[in-house]
Amino acid sequence: MEAFLDFADRYNYVITIFLMIAGLYIVVARSNMVKKLVGLSIFQTSVYLLYLEPAKIVGGTAPIIDPAFTVYSNPLPHVLILTAIVVGVGTLALGLALVVRINEAFGTIDDDEIKPQDGG
Amino acid sequence: METVINMALLTLLAVVTVAMVVQRSLLSVVILASIYSFLMASVMIVLDAVDVALTEASVGAAVSTVLLLATLHLTKTREDMPRHGRALPLLLSLAVGGMLVWGTLVLPPFGTANAPIHQHVAPRYINDVMAETGVPNIVTAVLADYRSFDTLGETTVIFIAGIGVMLLLGGLRRQSSEEGAPEDPS
Repeated sequence: MEAFLDFADRYNYVITIFLMIAGLYIVVARSNMVKKLVGLSIFQTSVYLLYLEPAKIVGGTAPIIDPAFTVYSNPLPHVLILTAIVVGVGTLALGLALVVRINEAFGTIDDDEIKPQDGG
Repeated sequence: METVINMALLTLLAVVTVAMVVQRSLLSVVILASIYSFLMASVMIVLDAVDVALTEASVGAAVSTVLLLATLHLTKTREDMPRHGRALPLLLSLAVGGMLVWGTLVLPPFGTANAPIHQHVAPRYINDVMAETGVPNIVTAVLADYRSFDTLGETTVIFIAGIGVMLLLGGLRRQSSEEGAPEDPS
């Protein structure tokens, strides 16, 4: 039981890091650009987790002031990640627009097929 | 109880991520990404980040999925087999993962109230927000009252991204109308 509780305390970090390296692996290993952007999104969301997991207090409640509660989660990471989510979709939209343009110019969205055409 | 629900949802997230890595059909990857975002929103609700969960469900799960599906409509939906080895990216990822695990060893356990993050700025917001702004939702108060400049910067970024997308795709339409429809007067 003791070992399980210790593991539970660390489990959020384990999963956060797993999502992070999975996103990194997709970005580096896969040559399809849409897949690369999905990998980038996974990496981004793992950073959201990295911020939000420490903000939680077990037994606390959402940071909305109410006389019935005294313990609130930390609101500051929530604000920062709220901004990050919106910026994230902005970068995703710009990246996807670039992918569409690349598909028009080269007829493919695969990095390995573009390089020979581009003289690389 | 909260810890157990959190662990279960995080495990589901990891499973969906593995499916996304191995899946070759891009359509399936996009749908899995949508599922991933909804799971992430559920995790955020368990973590008491309700405002963030709403944003993630609407922006991450809905808008991102629509954008990805629109891109797949304009391009291809099948991913080719990779032409080079996977050893180097795997090694890189595992090295980065190892360093991150090493870095998290000293972090406080999940959900503790006396962690350093809860000692410094947050109590100031929680204690004074009603007197200073009159807004009970602290996240909204910080976003719109204390840190409005962050939000201004955020809208600037979205504006620039929107201009970029318009320029990129507007140029596409002009080019195709020049080639495809010469009778178009514009």
